[in-house]
Amino acid sequence: MAKSIDVSDLDIYYGDFLAVQGVNMTIRARSVTAFIGPSGCGKSTFLRSLNRMHEVIPGARVEGKVSVDGQSLYDANVDPVAVRRQIGMVFQRPNPFPTMSIYDNVLAGNRLNSKRMKKSEADAIVERSLKGANLWGEVKDRLGKPGMGLSGGQQQRLCIARAIAVEPQVLLMDEPCSALDPISTSAIEDLIHELKTQFTIVIVTHNMQQAARVSDETGFFNLKGAGQPGHLVEFNSTEKMFANPDNDATEAYISGRFG
Amino acid sequence: MSIQSPPASSPTLTHARLPRQAPLMVGAVAVAVTAIGLVLGLGSVAAVLIGALVFLVVLPVWSLAVENRRSATDRMMTGLIWATFFVALAPLVSLVWTVVAEGSQALSGTFFTYSFYRTSLDQPVGVYHAIMGTLVITGVAALISVPVGILTAIYLIEYGKKNTFSRVVTFLVDVMTGIPSIVAGLFAFALFTLIFGPGHQSGLGGAVALSLLMIPTVVRATEEMLRLVPDDLREAAYALGTPRWRTIVRVVLPTSVGGIIAGVTLAVARVIGETAPLLLIAGIVQRTNFNPFDGSMTTLPVLIFSERNKGNIEIVWGAALVLMVLVMLLNVIARVLGKILAPKQG
Amino acid sequence: MSTTLTTKEAPAGGDPSPSWISERSGRGDAIFKGLTIAAAALILLALASVFIFLFTQGFAGFTQPAEVYSKYGSSFWGYVWPLLASTIVASLIALIIAVPLAIGIALVITQYAPSWLSTPVAYVIDLLAAVPSVVYGLWAGIYLAPKLVPIYEWLHEHLGFIPLFGDVVSSGRSISTAGLVLAIMILPIITAISREVFSRTPRLHREAALALGATRWEMIRMTVFPYGRSGVISAVMLGLGRALGETMAVVMVLSPGTLFTFNLFSGSNTPSIAANIALRYKERSEGTLEVLIATGLVLFLLTFAINFAARWAVARSERKLAG
Repeated sequence: MAKSIDVSDLDIYYGDFLAVQGVNMTIRARSVTAFIGPSGCGKSTFLRSLNRMHEVIPGARVEGKVSVDGQSLYDANVDPVAVRRQIGMVFQRPNPFPTMSIYDNVLAGNRLNSKRMKKSEADAIVERSLKGANLWGEVKDRLGKPGMGLSGGQQQRLCIARAIAVEPQVLLMDEPCSALDPISTSAIEDLIHELKTQFTIVIVTHNMQQAARVSDETGFFNLKGAGQPGHLVEFNSTEKMFANPDNDATEAYISGRFG
Repeated sequence: MSIQSPPASSPTLTHARLPRQAPLMVGAVAVAVTAIGLVLGLGSVAAVLIGALVFLVVLPVWSLAVENRRSATDRMMTGLIWATFFVALAPLVSLVWTVVAEGSQALSGTFFTYSFYRTSLDQPVGVYHAIMGTLVITGVAALISVPVGILTAIYLIEYGKKNTFSRVVTFLVDVMTGIPSIVAGLFAFALFTLIFGPGHQSGLGGAVALSLLMIPTVVRATEEMLRLVPDDLREAAYALGTPRWRTIVRVVLPTSVGGIIAGVTLAVARVIGETAPLLLIAGIVQRTNFNPFDGSMTTLPVLIFSERNKGNIEIVWGAALVLMVLVMLLNVIARVLGKILAPKQG
Repeated sequence: MSTTLTTKEAPAGGDPSPSWISERSGRGDAIFKGLTIAAAALILLALASVFIFLFTQGFAGFTQPAEVYSKYGSSFWGYVWPLLASTIVASLIALIIAVPLAIGIALVITQYAPSWLSTPVAYVIDLLAAVPSVVYGLWAGIYLAPKLVPIYEWLHEHLGFIPLFGDVVSSGRSISTAGLVLAIMILPIITAISREVFSRTPRLHREAALALGATRWEMIRMTVFPYGRSGVISAVMLGLGRALGETMAVVMVLSPGTLFTFNLFSGSNTPSIAANIALRYKERSEGTLEVLIATGLVLFLLTFAINFAARWAVARSERKLAG
């Protein structure tokens, strides 16, 4: 069910402000694609344009084309709600719904579509999703407890479970480990490895080692200059990016000689 | 209009959707229905209601037919939620319209310069006495409440950081916010009856009652403003060896003066329209009385109430217009002052 | 009294602690601080005297001879319950109308309106709060009440089997009209607090819901409502407190009678407690004032309890959200 994403000539605006300019790339199905780059270079904005989440901010719009298996996301008859249903998202900070139990958090997305689910069916989804997020063993005895009671890393895995419970085709992750300690981070990274057999994963990260560890392909975003829009500098296999990048700016950034 | 779905094996991103202008189109239909209703001789209220109903029903039903249940629910709720705003707008518009239309007929030069007290039969009557009464009583109430309120807030924020006394006072201020105005009037009435004997009425009594209602508002507003003053500013003054009280008077208060004045103005605007307590304690009189310590004093709200009972409708609407303008003016002043005098950030 | 409570403060001129918090022993400081304490103590004194006055003056009102209560009953309880019933019925009508509207408007301001529009919308609703209650009463009594009669007639005709929708008074000046005016008056308070709590719904939670493929309304139900629930409850209670104590809108709208009835359209229902005080304070007969003060005490205690519950709910929700 995983799908590839084609992006061509994508410009992203906030009102009159051009935030990201001229992005072209192909994200392969069943692989992990990482975006790296300095703060404010538009990598998160770009990620959010892949499931139309940037539209949440008033005035945000895109020009250009994003298509998932040939279906353009920005066609007039495409429902952003349906897009987000099939392209799931995990955020920078874990955000389980505070008033819901662990069980209800996992099912939150499924309940939107089918009001009445059989108990056995619901149980199966919860177990499958929590197992998929490597969380089942830790929480199976307290599914009725609030999700906020978990540790940060567990909460983030709960959010991943919630995202995969609706069986999306693509999973977008916006710096999923930036609020987590190293042990939780490594748990999430292991999880990403396992998930890529089923999902197309796109991850934004600040941490270049993380990009090197988890991703198959890497895109480097940078600003053209102060006050200028962000753009995609280089997109290559991770191996090549970290060993022998095509672009000098990429090499400077990766080797820490940024500036 | 809809594009063919991709192969059925995978879930689709597209489904039939209403055109982007669908709400506008249905809105146009609703307006047309309203217009037809008006032409056919329905009342304006009924026609607008039917138009709104058409909009609120047609769009979700259309969405349900073309899109799906969830979109239909979303569209229905969007319509209903926007409708709440227009429902709330209706009484405001109607009230302002009525007061302005009816009240403006009463306004004239004599309306502002004469009182109800006639020395000859052909003398015009006006609300001069009530305007003065309102200003005197509200002024005295402000004279009592502003120092007490501001000083209390200073104590709560600057001195009594979370000690028992300040907690008690904070709680009492909360209690005071909830005092029904008629109870404040009863209290003043009973207090002045006890001191000056039964049947006592005076502007001062009214001011005391209004102070009870005004003080908590002043305390709250001042507290909020003082909290906004950064501690660095205080520490900078202390570091220069400035005594604490001078720091408060010279540094803290000037920084927050805009917000405090705005808060006080809003508090005045709130009590200037109070009727019930003044009815009890300030009373009703025909002549202009400037002395809050002696004798009854009529205010605009009390005049509105009492003349309404006597059926003196034209004067009543005029007085209501004057009162509304006063209150709105105070509100605008508060807003403008709050903006102008706000401490510059950064 | 106040001085004993402030002994926690360091004694003036005491230890020369380097902290800026320590008091310099200047005379100006002592005087200024004394002034602020006096102001705070004055509030304490004022409220204490309100209590004491209402109790001492009103106490006699509980045990007057039966004829003093004859207006509505034969004992204090017989006198006060019809008033209390009217007060509560009018306030409940106000809540039933105002709460859904207020929640809707708060959602318009925080979730639906584009940012350039939400400030003016909020301002218009605040204007509703600025209108003096006597002007509401005037407008509603003269202008609104007659316009409502056809609606009441319709309800009476079609739903007349429900005792609430009885015979309609031709002037429209019934408890339902009073409740409607109260609804308009408490709408801004409930809106303001709901708006505050709704706007504090963390962006992360709203985005989490949207990213799962929720529509806007589903997002509101999943995140905004659960998050703001206790805040809205306290807003409703504060609105109720205001409605219970409101005088003029009821006095000027309701044509008062002496018998409580559940018929919302009746033209002779008992007034609310506050309205009754405003209507009868001039009666100079023996014991009336004491009885009125006693009813005022009942009203005060009722609003006190409701406001207290509201504050408690706010504090609890703030603790919960902070934790």
